[in-house]
Amino acid sequence: MTRIDAKFAALKSEGKKAFVAYIMAGDPDPETTLSVMQGLPGAGVDVIELGLPFTDPMADGPTIQVAGQRALEGGMTLDRTLQLVRDFRAGDDQTPIVLMGYYNPIYSRGVDRFLDEAKTAGIDGLIIVDLPPEEDEELCIPAQKAGLNFIRLATPTTDAKRLPKVLQNTSGFVYYVSMTGITGSADAQAGDVSPEVARIKSQTDLPVVIGFGIKTPEAAAAMAPAGDGVVVGSAIVDRIARGDSLDDVLAFVGSLADATHS
Amino acid sequence: MTDLVNSFMTGPDDKGRFGDFGGRFVSETLMPLILELEEQYNYAKTDQSFWDEMDFLWKHYVGRPSPLYFAERLTERLGGAKVYMKRDELNHTGAHKINNVLGQIILARRMGKTRIIAETGAGQHGVATATVCAKFGLKCVVYMGAHDVERQQPNVFRMRLLGAEVVPVTSGRGTLKDAMNDALRDWVTNVRDTFYCIGTVAGPHPYPAMVRDFQSIIGKETREQMMEAEGRLPDTVIAAIGGGSNSMGLFYPFLDDKQVSIIGVEAGGKGVTEKMEHCASLTGGRPGVLHGNRTYLLQDDDGQILEGFSISAGLDYPGIGPEHSWLHDIGRAQYVAITDNEALEAFQLCCETEGIIPALEPSHALAHVMKIAPELPADHVICMNMCGRGDKDIYTVAKALGRDLD
Repeated sequence: MTRIDAKFAALKSEGKKAFVAYIMAGDPDPETTLSVMQGLPGAGVDVIELGLPFTDPMADGPTIQVAGQRALEGGMTLDRTLQLVRDFRAGDDQTPIVLMGYYNPIYSRGVDRFLDEAKTAGIDGLIIVDLPPEEDEELCIPAQKAGLNFIRLATPTTDAKRLPKVLQNTSGFVYYVSMTGITGSADAQAGDVSPEVARIKSQTDLPVVIGFGIKTPEAAAAMAPAGDGVVVGSAIVDRIARGDSLDDVLAFVGSLADATHS
Repeated sequence: MTDLVNSFMTGPDDKGRFGDFGGRFVSETLMPLILELEEQYNYAKTDQSFWDEMDFLWKHYVGRPSPLYFAERLTERLGGAKVYMKRDELNHTGAHKINNVLGQIILARRMGKTRIIAETGAGQHGVATATVCAKFGLKCVVYMGAHDVERQQPNVFRMRLLGAEVVPVTSGRGTLKDAMNDALRDWVTNVRDTFYCIGTVAGPHPYPAMVRDFQSIIGKETREQMMEAEGRLPDTVIAAIGGGSNSMGLFYPFLDDKQVSIIGVEAGGKGVTEKMEHCASLTGGRPGVLHGNRTYLLQDDDGQILEGFSISAGLDYPGIGPEHSWLHDIGRAQYVAITDNEALEAFQLCCETEGIIPALEPSHALAHVMKIAPELPADHVICMNMCGRGDKDIYTVAKALGRDLD
């Protein structure tokens, strides 16, 4: 059982929805990321999604693209991202961390070596956007064997025929992408999402968390009942980018977490 | 009878792989779309009416077959092997790009798609796509790096005249690879009505195979024309490589003719050195995953993608089609790099000796011909692919030669 499994089991017994916060590792520098990360659990974040910067983030909108560029320009690397996780783990052994990014930096490192380093650093799960089930042998299956969750995205284009394939090797939770589009785009509509999430939940016991296009506490509150939790990324990254103080960033995250939990 | 076990022409496999290269590294949102495309393409390619429509338009709209031309004065000047040029620069829109665009747009129409998106570097693929969209009355959106929009104004104007919307891409560093990222982002957003017309033999399966199949008309014609001209196959075929579509189109029909040596020419820019001022993915890169496929890429030690550099905007891509990566690794084709200066020299020689102003892309292939032809016997037959004309490049060439056209 990973920290992710334990967290969702605990939330379920409390009857609470999960609040997942995404931030980009090294944006604008590792020290800032570490301070934000250390404040997230206290602000009510249940799962931290840590972005691994990549030069070509095909599924991301401008906010996260630019955040990744800032991180890379500041010298962020896979090693420094793993170091960030180790530094965080020195003070928090409970909060699950999911690394979210693209395959090439991992492939470049070598899958086995990466999995070993990620597990040792304290990463619990992976969301790798450009690895669909058709490429499971690349990383998904080795990751599961190494004891890491491999969290799959299900999308509005994942039809009934395809859904079992998407769910098959997924673990930890299912990330439902609320719209066809990129991160940080148009507002997601709870009315559209509810039946889709219900369809997924009828085929899996895994928690289903909803992300993409959720930007405000109101939107989080409206979306949370549709699934088992919500993810907010771009809206938080935006506040870090515009130079909000740590307290202001965490206060905003707290308002999102409260809205999700209530 | 074809020996299937030892054939080089059976790829990709059902996972879209050529050996370890290729594949389908896309987000889940796009996965159902590329599966549908694969299904529709597999159906179309066995449907005679699809090829009948292609053949009709290739003949009457594009101007195929393109001539196979014996470059007599160039051959004399080089003093060795006999040099032929496959004249794909004579196609409508001035390059080989339209061979593929026509195929994809006919397929898009069969699939009921009404909006076409494309990426473009120098603008040749964008112009070809805008052209065919205008012919069929389809909405066309072309993503082009902001930097390329600046330096390729005539092509931007052409696309706009043809009714396309040209979107300057400022994400990343505003180059061809970023244009491809933004086209993919558009596709993820507009999944129902939109067809993504990729300009080269890269991207997720089935694009590398499909684009190769459409471009293979180049090699098929070359075989027939060479049999007519020389009574035998060429000894060497040579083509320039950015993403690798004109070269794959020339090479593919010759892959199983083991007596034919195959040479791909990458853009060596200022030289394939540590400084990475080149676009030679095979010569100077290593395998990685980008834009839906595993292939050789220019990347740093941490797996971050690097920008390529070449005088030729059409070769300015940090990757290469996965089938080339495979042909490279198994040794069926040889890949070399030619520098900007060598390509410029070939450009001028071609103008002077043959009265053909070549694009900078095939000038790279020609530069390699200049290197090897003098050392080869007079009965050695080389065919290079003159895949584009150089009108678009005269400003770049003038600048490089220190002449001011303004």
